[in-house]
Amino acid sequence: MSKDYNLAKRKYVIAGFISLIVVIYIFRLFTLQVGDDKYKENAESNAFLRRVIYPARGLVYDRNDRLVVFNQPAYDVMLIPKDVGDFDTLALCDVLGITKQQLIEKWMEMRNPRKNPGYSAYTPQKLISHLSQEDYGRLQEKLYLFPGFFIQTRTVRQYNYNAASNILGNIREVSAADVERDRYYRSGDYTGDLGVEKSYETHLRGVKGVEILMKDAYGRIKGKYDNGIHDVAPISGRNLTLSIDIELQEYGERLMANKIGAIVAIEPATGEILALVTAPNYDPSILVGKDRGKNYAMLVRDPYKPLYDRALQGAYPPGSTFKPTQGLIFLQEGIITTSTQYPCYHGYINRIRVGCHGHGSPIALKPALQTSCNAYFCWGFKNMIDKRGTKPSGQLTKWKDYLVEMGYGYRLGVDLPSESRGFIPNADFYSKSFRGANWSGNSVISVSIGQGEVLATPLQIANLCATIANRGYFFTPHVVKHIADTVIDSKFTEKHAPHIKRQYYEDVAEGMRMAVLGGTCRTAALPGIEVAGKTGTAQNPHGKDHSAFMGFAPYDKPKIAIAVYVENAGFGATYGVPIGSLMMEKYLTGKVERTALEERMLNSNTIISSGVKSH
Amino acid sequence: MESNRIDANVSVFRSLDWVTIILYVLLVSAGAVSIYAASYDFDNASMFDFQEFSGKQFLWIGLSLVIGFVILLLDYRMYEAYAYPIYGFVVLVLIATIFLAPDIKGSRSWLVFGPVSLQPAEFGKFATALALAKLFDSYNFTLNAKISNYFRALILIFLPICLILLQKETGSALVYTSLVFVLYREGMSGLVLFSVFCAVLYFVVAVKFVDPLVIGMPVGEFSVFVLIMVIFSAMLLFYCKDFIIGRNVTIGFIFSAIVVGILSSCGVEVNGLAYFISILVLAVAYTLIAMFRHRIQKFLITVSFVAVSVLFLFSVNYVFGNVLEPHQQLRIKVALGIEEDLRGAGYNVNQSKIAIGSGGLTGKGFLNGTQTKLKYVPEQHTDFIFCTIGEEEGFVGSATVLVLFLGLILRLIYVAERQRTPFGRVYAYCVVSFLIFHLCINIGMVIGLCPVIGIPLPFFSYGGSALWGFTILLFILLRIDASRKERRD
Repeated sequence: MSKDYNLAKRKYVIAGFISLIVVIYIFRLFTLQVGDDKYKENAESNAFLRRVIYPARGLVYDRNDRLVVFNQPAYDVMLIPKDVGDFDTLALCDVLGITKQQLIEKWMEMRNPRKNPGYSAYTPQKLISHLSQEDYGRLQEKLYLFPGFFIQTRTVRQYNYNAASNILGNIREVSAADVERDRYYRSGDYTGDLGVEKSYETHLRGVKGVEILMKDAYGRIKGKYDNGIHDVAPISGRNLTLSIDIELQEYGERLMANKIGAIVAIEPATGEILALVTAPNYDPSILVGKDRGKNYAMLVRDPYKPLYDRALQGAYPPGSTFKPTQGLIFLQEGIITTSTQYPCYHGYINRIRVGCHGHGSPIALKPALQTSCNAYFCWGFKNMIDKRGTKPSGQLTKWKDYLVEMGYGYRLGVDLPSESRGFIPNADFYSKSFRGANWSGNSVISVSIGQGEVLATPLQIANLCATIANRGYFFTPHVVKHIADTVIDSKFTEKHAPHIKRQYYEDVAEGMRMAVLGGTCRTAALPGIEVAGKTGTAQNPHGKDHSAFMGFAPYDKPKIAIAVYVENAGFGATYGVPIGSLMMEKYLTGKVERTALEERMLNSNTIISSGVKSH
Repeated sequence: MESNRIDANVSVFRSLDWVTIILYVLLVSAGAVSIYAASYDFDNASMFDFQEFSGKQFLWIGLSLVIGFVILLLDYRMYEAYAYPIYGFVVLVLIATIFLAPDIKGSRSWLVFGPVSLQPAEFGKFATALALAKLFDSYNFTLNAKISNYFRALILIFLPICLILLQKETGSALVYTSLVFVLYREGMSGLVLFSVFCAVLYFVVAVKFVDPLVIGMPVGEFSVFVLIMVIFSAMLLFYCKDFIIGRNVTIGFIFSAIVVGILSSCGVEVNGLAYFISILVLAVAYTLIAMFRHRIQKFLITVSFVAVSVLFLFSVNYVFGNVLEPHQQLRIKVALGIEEDLRGAGYNVNQSKIAIGSGGLTGKGFLNGTQTKLKYVPEQHTDFIFCTIGEEEGFVGSATVLVLFLGLILRLIYVAERQRTPFGRVYAYCVVSFLIFHLCINIGMVIGLCPVIGIPLPFFSYGGSALWGFTILLFILLRIDASRKERRD
């Protein structure tokens, strides 16, 4: 009996055992369900398909509300692998205009888990993207022959003008680095590349929407989650209004055909860029669609570097277009007055010699600008740097600071990617390059005429011209005039004024006006419009001189300030002046009367004289 | 005669254990709701569409209630009288099943009658329980009286195990091993249960913890040796009344461990295996001498336990590496958390953990579970039904289900202990054992604590056979229990 009693106690062992197990299990449930959020996240990524709804990308207009860039449907060939039955591969190749080999390649690419990690036999997969309109039409007609195939529509960029590719940029699929950098992007998204597409990406792209769908373990869509109340509608991208006059731009590009160089035209009163031409250029629409990769590679390989925006990135010796800055600095520094005269015996002769061309001597500032006298500015520079009681380094620093204020030596901050800063040497630079030896005005004299170490971009030259046109101030040049539903960056509406008296600008402007009336840029004269200008002929190590021009008009109420730079085209008056002048005529009068000049510029070719060179 | 029977029936319902009935009804209802939720599709079929899982399951539930009712109406003496014939019949059916059943996913355990399939293994449970109860009810039968009694009991248990193994239904076969609880309750030495527990513990520790190395051996093996030493000391202290021998051995162990610890921390390379073997051999020799001197027979048990433990430990690696099939190794590794094979063997468990884990405290709400609805969890209406509860009813719901099961099992232990005959008691403990095994293994695998062994969760998992099997098991117990007062012999 006692033994039985002992055995009966064993019920506690059994009851204790199962109770312990249940307690352990409840504890485990607690850690799984309450203690750890990992599983909730896993569950969401399991079951929810967050399908992105892409917003329409913002449109781009020019300053006169002409539509420049818009969206157009594009067609992708999609298929659900599991639904694809037997089909006539040759017929499909025929319809799509590809070879069987290409089709097989596309197919393998689609199935390749590394290239297409989202592959599932149950979900739509992209076989071929960017079908042309004609291919789309043919395939649509024959689609019934290919079970499991369908066509998905999305939008791509289209261009109304074969112009301004450097300003507009284009769009490309995001890279892994983009996805890393910006959480907005997911693999397969598109982003702006170059131009305003890049610099205004955040405005243009809009905000993606999302619809939350439920998918089962096979990836099949089982409808909207919670009837779509958690869905987010996309917000369309903002439209941009460029300050560019697309017709002027197009005209500029035509003038620059078969030339290498740049034109920058600015509205002085606002800093708005009216035209930003770089040559050679390319048709923006070749970077759309299925040939984008091929065409892009072609542009990269092109020895004339059409992807290189010379208007912003080309750092050139400014040549004589630099002389007005020198006049302004000398006046402000009290080195000269407008009546100060310097001798010019076919050049600056003071132990060294800087050549010049025939004109009267001695000469004052305005005629010096008119005739583009080298000697005048050499003397002025020498007198400034070697001023009694000062050190060359201190004077050069002053000189440099004025130029920086005028927009040289640093990036101006235009609203386009990749701008070059040009180069203005400072005292340190010379201390180094002369290895500590004494240097004086004479040692570095060539910078006073825009040669030597000085480099400027066409944009900086145009900006100087706009500053002179404004008689002493400028706005940071920009290509976007207006963004829908918001305002442009305040830095573009902020006045920048170098510490130079308005009167001195007036004097320099007068010299430039004289150059048009009876100096180096007489070709720039327009009937009924007062034009001021300055030529530039820049020596360079690449061959024939670069031909440069800057000018503005009308003289009293300037509407356009322009810089033209044509590589290896000879004298400023030969190409720079006519092109700049035609641009001004076109912009100010809406038409070009001087058809002979126009013809000559349109048909001339300076590429021949310009070797292929690296920048 | 007729009126007598009616009276008897009335008294059956009067003395029925209603607590068990209520727990049964609660569990079956919760099960029905879960099946409905698990098989609910977004196409939203009707709850009573018999083509659907839930519709069919309602049919099974209705029929199982009828079966339960019929069982209560039958005379309790019938179960005693027909225990062996029923057992014999079921064994024959199990044999027939091996040959007649079609191959379904590698197992031959389903008999197909037109639209209905039955799994005889589920009905083997109550038959085996009846036969075992009948055996223990034999005149003057006690387990420890003769060694042959053990054999008779074990034959009754292992016959269905073998037959079900032949049907390739390992999970269902393993269920019968739970009857070790019955044997334990009826007098089998607790040491056996303890040994089984130790074996599982050794296995898990030795297989799971391979890194890092401690004194030249894997940390798992090291821990098992330490465990063996602790158990050794504990058993000596427990069996020896005056403690001296146990104390000496314990002090020896601790002292040697300190020496080894100091040596190895001073940079001396200690051969751990040599240390453990030598210290254990010394201790065993000392214990044997003490045993002969003081005639303490129980030390023999201690010594053999230690010897078997060490041998077991040595064979674990061999068995794991060379005897188990790769897929079995994988399942064990996944269950022990050594490997995360999310695409293969670990997929089910991982998905079921995600489903349960995503339920949170109070769940996503009835029919709102995304993981189970969208079929991420395989077998979600059968073996993994608990996921649906975990996801939709959260911690509160799933813990409640566990508590209900615990309540039922504890109640049945109480019912078992109040039986006046070994027949009733043994039968009741059989039911308790089966429930414990199913509950531990099924929920354990769903929450990732046990290897995946495909057995259903009683009253919840979809399928008529399992539901009917457990209903019959339970209602026969209720019928026997209801008549406990009638028995006078």
